[in-house]
Amino acid sequence: MTRQAKAFSEGRISAVLVRWRGSLMLVAGVLVVWQALYALVGEVALRSPAETVEYTAALLVRETFLPHLAETAKAFGAALAISIALGLGIGFVLGVHRLTNEVLEPVLVAIYSVPKLTLYPIVLLAFGLGMPAKIAFGVIHGFVPIALFTIGAVQNVKPVLIKTARVLKFGWFDMVARVLFPAAVPEIFTGLRIGFALTLIGTLLGEMFASQRGLGYMLMNAIGLHNVDVIMAVTFLLTAFAAIVSGILLAIDRRLHRRG
Amino acid sequence: MRRAPLLRCLLVLAAVAVLEALCRVGVIDRFTMPPPSRILEDLVRLLIAAKLYGAIVKTLTNVAIAFGLAATAGLAAGVLIHRFRLLREALDPLFATYYAIPVFAFYPLLIILFGLGDMPQIMIAFMLAVIAMIVNTLNGIDRVPNVLLKTARMAHMSPLETALRMTLPYAAPHLITGMKLALAYALIGIIGSEFIMSRGGMGFEIAFAYTNLDNAVMYPLIVLILAVSIAVNALIGRWERRVLARRGLR
Repeated sequence: MTRQAKAFSEGRISAVLVRWRGSLMLVAGVLVVWQALYALVGEVALRSPAETVEYTAALLVRETFLPHLAETAKAFGAALAISIALGLGIGFVLGVHRLTNEVLEPVLVAIYSVPKLTLYPIVLLAFGLGMPAKIAFGVIHGFVPIALFTIGAVQNVKPVLIKTARVLKFGWFDMVARVLFPAAVPEIFTGLRIGFALTLIGTLLGEMFASQRGLGYMLMNAIGLHNVDVIMAVTFLLTAFAAIVSGILLAIDRRLHRRG
Repeated sequence: MRRAPLLRCLLVLAAVAVLEALCRVGVIDRFTMPPPSRILEDLVRLLIAAKLYGAIVKTLTNVAIAFGLAATAGLAAGVLIHRFRLLREALDPLFATYYAIPVFAFYPLLIILFGLGDMPQIMIAFMLAVIAMIVNTLNGIDRVPNVLLKTARMAHMSPLETALRMTLPYAAPHLITGMKLALAYALIGIIGSEFIMSRGGMGFEIAFAYTNLDNAVMYPLIVLILAVSIAVNALIGRWERRVLARRGLR
């Protein structure tokens, strides 16, 4: 916190530089470790960074690959939308209503900490092999952190704001939309950031274990066939996507928290 | 205040009862899910028959090893990373992305590095668990107030003494949270890799029962895993509350 505050006082441009310095160092570090590991293990289990990028580029223009990508994008998009809606909904209700929260928050925490991967056979039996199963898998991973952070955010809204809104005779909708939500945004955003990551991994795990299409399926199939090119390319693609989006979300997150 | 736990129990019982009714009436057919009472019966039978003890012991041992490694290494790494600001700056973006990366993709690589035994599974679980421990250790040390460190300096405490008597006790709640998450991730890592590629363990038995449509084994094992993880979490949660209470919080 102090470090961020200092960076802010030194001016926004240098603050941006400071932020990018971390990411650049990380990318450089990962490349060095990756190349070293490649030199150590060789072609049996790894590809070099250059080879991986090359293969990924070739994969991206291959016609058989695009349906898998589209499938994952669709499943992830749907899962994320449902996770956010469900998480915010539950979060606001529990954040406002104290007894309901006392009853249900421990249940949410239990769901958060249980190994949900174990549930894949049940999800498969309930939803069948395909799109609904992976969306469900993404949602059960993603909605809980969003709900938990929203609860905390709403509970931390300053009472004076709520009292003011009461005095002004705000209705239920105005209370949420014009008071609670704006005041709670920074913390909710942290929940959304974590929800994004967990929905993505949930959807992918769903595809790995409960699907015959999508990037997760490709990955699982490649693991079974020991197709190192595909394993490296798909993992690289997913990691790059997650890293870029997480990086952007983290930057917004920090800015929101600094302002608040 | 006392009302909430009671209501929660009632709610859970009601949910189980509804599930039982749906299964009995046939809204949920028995190939999808046996009634909860039946699952419990099967679980007792499995535990008495003792056939799966090998699998259960193997899984839980590996989880314990991975968790132990991750908790100690994560704590040490957290302390170290906190010391070096530049390292911290480089690793922060990694921590933010880490849990969106499908770590299971590295399983084949780990098999080549560590051979076919339990080691690759333990490594996967370790890789998943250690980051949660590091992140929470950093969080905990960040929140130690400066005044405590100044007091330590005034009392001429050695770095080790400062760590043992100031930093660690103050950061304890965060460390416990880290351990809770590390345990959850260690379980996911071990069971996930047993699903993918393994010849034993609870994950393997579940996958095996699933392909053979053997709900009498699959459901009890899933329930057992969930029950173990909830029970251990509750235990750690109680410890956490005791630590907080000692400090006069809550």
